[in-house]
Order: sequence, then C-alpha cells, then structure tokens
Amino acid sequence: MPGLEDLYREIILDHYRSPRNRGELPAPPATRVEGFNPLCGDEIVVFVEVTDGVVSDIRIGGQGCSISQSSASMMSAAVKGRTLDEVDALTRSFKGMMSIHEQSLDGEGEVEIETDPEVKLGDLEALRGVVKFPVRIKCATLSWNTLLQALEESADA
Amino acid sequence: MSAHRDPLDVVAIKKDFPILEREVHGGRLVYLDSANTSQKPRAVLDAIERYYTQSNANVHRGTYLIAEEATAALEGARAKVAKFIGAKRPLEVVFTKNATEALNLVAKAWGRANLRAGDPVVLTELEHHANIVPWHQLAAEIGIELRWIPVGTDGHLDLTDLDRLLDGAKVVSFAAMSNVLGTMLPVERLTAAAHAAGAIAVVDASQHVPHVTTDVAAWGADFVAFTGHKMCGPTGIGVLWGTEEILEATPPFLTGGEMILNVTKEGFTANELPWKFEAGTPPIAEAVGLGAAVDYLTGLGMEAVREHEVSLTGYALRTLTERFGDDIRIHGPSEPAERGGVMSFTYGDLHPHDLTQVFDQHGVCVRAGHHCAKVLMRQLGVAATARASLYVYNDEADVDALADAITDAARFFAV
Repeated sequence: MPGLEDLYREIILDHYRSPRNRGELPAPPATRVEGFNPLCGDEIVVFVEVTDGVVSDIRIGGQGCSISQSSASMMSAAVKGRTLDEVDALTRSFKGMMSIHEQSLDGEGEVEIETDPEVKLGDLEALRGVVKFPVRIKCATLSWNTLLQALEESADA
Repeated sequence: MSAHRDPLDVVAIKKDFPILEREVHGGRLVYLDSANTSQKPRAVLDAIERYYTQSNANVHRGTYLIAEEATAALEGARAKVAKFIGAKRPLEVVFTKNATEALNLVAKAWGRANLRAGDPVVLTELEHHANIVPWHQLAAEIGIELRWIPVGTDGHLDLTDLDRLLDGAKVVSFAAMSNVLGTMLPVERLTAAAHAAGAIAVVDASQHVPHVTTDVAAWGADFVAFTGHKMCGPTGIGVLWGTEEILEATPPFLTGGEMILNVTKEGFTANELPWKFEAGTPPIAEAVGLGAAVDYLTGLGMEAVREHEVSLTGYALRTLTERFGDDIRIHGPSEPAERGGVMSFTYGDLHPHDLTQVFDQHGVCVRAGHHCAKVLMRQLGVAATARASLYVYNDEADVDALADAITDAARFFAV
C-alpha cells in the first residue's frame, strides 16, 4: 500500500511552502493562460515570455493543492532560461513519468510516452510517487498542460 | 458521549450495510460521503438479485409469467416512491436516470415548449450545477434571462429582494437542501412566491428526500427532482415528480420505444403518463432496488432518521469547533435544526485535497473539491472545501475518527 510519504516527499512540501516564480508578468508582452482542474476546482495561471526561442521569464498564479502548486513551482524553475526544444523534451519526460500507469487498450501492457533518456528531471523526480495515486495525476500535470497552451498561444501571437 | 438516546439503533443499522464490514488501509471504513452517494443495505442488494434471478424480463410487453412479474415489480416500485413522497398518484412519478436527467427534462422539454426569449428564470446561488447548466443552455438557445437569489454569509438565502427578483418570472428552480452548506431552504415560501408571481416552482430535492420527510403535495411545487443512489438505492435511477397537469403540458423528452401509443410514417402519438417520458427499456432492476430502499427507510422511520441526523450534526459541529477552534472554518448554518448533516469545511491553509488524502489513510471517506457548485464556491470565496456528510449508519465514533484524521493531517503538514 502506498503511504503518504510516497506522495508528499519533502521537496514537494518545500516547493508548496515556498513556491518559486510566484506572481504575474505584464501581458502582453507575456502570454497569460488559465488552467482548470474540473475535478477539484484548482486554478492555475501561467505567465510566460518567450524571447528568441527561449523561455526568458515565467510566473505562476492561482491556487490549488500541494501537488498542483509544487508541480507548478518546480516546472517554472525547470523551464526558465531553457530553449523551446529543451522545454518540449522536458515536458515529454515529465508526462512520460506521469503516464507510466496508463493502460493500453488491450488491457495488459502499459503505454509509455517516447522520452529522451538524456533529459534529467531533477527535483521533478520527486513527483514520481503521484502515479500511485491516480486521482492526483491531473493535479501534477495541470501546470504543464497550461504551460503548453501558453507556449502555443505565444507562438501564434 | 451525549446522554441523548439515539432514535436509530446505529449498531444494528451498520450491520445492514455489507460494505461497512470492509477494511481499508488496515482499519475500518468510516464512510462520511453520503451526500455524494449513500451506501446500500443488504435488503436493496437482495431485492436486485432476486429480481434478476427470479423475474428478469422486459416490461409492458410480454404475456408470460415472469414478464408480468417484472412489470408488477417496476410499477410496484413506482407506487412505493409515490407514497414515500406524498404524491397523489403513481402516474406523477417519472423514472429517469438520475436527478440531473430529471432537471434536464424540465428545462429542455417543459422549458423549450413554454419559455420565450426574455422570460426570467430564477435560481439561487447555492444550486448544484445540475440545476444551473441546463438553464444556461436554454439561455443560449432561446434567450431566457437568468436571475439569482443570493446567499448570505450565514448560509441562508437572502430573500430581501425576492419580490423584485420574481417579478415577471416564469420559473423558480431551487434546491430543497444545499449539497455544500446543508442549508434547508424555505421550500413552501419559495413555491408560494413563485406561484404568486405566475411562475412554476421546480425543486431539486436530491439532498432532501433521503434525509427528511418529503411531502410534495404540501410543498405545492410543480416539479420535484431527486435521485435514488443518495437514499440507499442503486445508481442509474432518479425521479421526476410533477403534477398531472404540468406533466400533461410537457412534451416528451427522450423518444423511442415504450413512450409511444402509435407510430406511423407520418409521426407518433405519445404514450400516457408516466410512460410518455420513459423511452426505451427502463432501469427495471434499479427501480426494484429503489423500491426496496424506500421500504428500508420507511422501516427506520423518516422522523427518526431526521432526529438522528440533527443530533449527530450537533455533535459533529461541537466536536470540530471544540477541538480545532479558529483553525477550522465550517460553512453553512450553525443551528443543526436548520440544516442537514452536510458539513463543508476548510482547515487553516491546508488544501482540501491534501486533507482528504490524509483522511484516506485513516479509512475516512470525505469529498474534497467544489461539489459541483462553483457559483456558490465563488460566493463563499473559496476554491474548494472538504465535505463530510452523515447518514443513518454514522455515529459519534465516525465523527471522532474524522476529528482524529484532521489532527493527523495538521501534524503531517506541520500547520
């Protein structure tokens, strides 16, 4: 049976209590996108600025549980200063980690997203335990999905 | 422990619910989420199994013995439900999939046929999404105007502006009891005010029928919706009660088999009440289960059920306040006699999801989130709450287990 310690690693609680890159950016020039978790009402706001193909600045707003907030905090620290290609690879690796328990249609095997083994997740590894609590996976991926949407909108602008 | 004698024999009642014998995470199951869905007594499970093993057949068509038994079981369940809620005749009871479908039937069948652009429809701020979204759709489709009766900080409706809000209204649709705050609404007053304004009154009684004696005739409403699974019945069956007059004036909603008298290449003639609204093979086993649930609750006595819940709600409010003081914020009316056993709360800065994750380790089942009432949550100024809700099988030990789990969550997150 997975215990609370599998879910709430110390580093997660640290990011929850002292979130990084908390705040707002003027939009424009930044892109502002809101994400919702319809299950629990969590709301996250991502402000992202892209300069010459690099995530030059990012801020996080909104409110939610420790998993969604710490994941957003870690995400912001991980993508800041990275190229869009690097962010894409990081996102794949993170989502790969989160979808480890997704079942394939034939019911037996598990589907894994193709990821680059060279990509290091760092602090984000702490969220690996979330897959043992399937309901909470959406909390962990909320900020990443919101970031993806923000980067798409920023590219279209 | 209180000296007050519980009107229900909860020790015996717990034994009626097989799931309560289950262990979770090495301890007993403490089920405090009955506003979400209730557990099912052995009598309901047996009735469903008996139906499938003895009488399973389609209804209203076979001429053989078990088909007649199946039809009698379905219509017998309808009669039980009718009697339980004070309906005049069983034909006023329409079986639906759930309360959501019942409310959609009102908005989309009665509403589309009877409402025009600009017609005011009055809701309250504490409605469940099931009594909001169908009206939003109607607003987008035909341009009805939505008005909102506000909720005060005490969890009761603010009726100061009721006359102005109801002026010209065509529909007043409201919950009998809030699924978030437990607030009991003044149903008879709202119904009378609706009729005085020339509007129909629609009551979402999903949280009321399982817990408090319900008399639709005394309410004087036009439509009353509720669901089976919150009142010890199975999932997949709900009820729309309507007066014969308004059901006759409502066109069919879903259409197909069962709901017709005649079909030609040119068109169809709808069946009589209540079958006009029951297209396709109905949820027969579920209706049988709901009938058994009605028998079970009637056996306990709804007066005793309500008395038990008022008493246990009082114990819970006292216990949580005494143990956690200002750290806990419990929403809704403070007086147990004015509310149901639904307690939404927040603890310090702890997010409800994190709270209930710790509760789970104690076997304590409590819902966290917005409870399908985002309009109300915005009014309360919170994104989410934890919600503990009581029923016939809960006792003071369950409330104590909840309080212990809160203490553990506070320790774990060091707040």
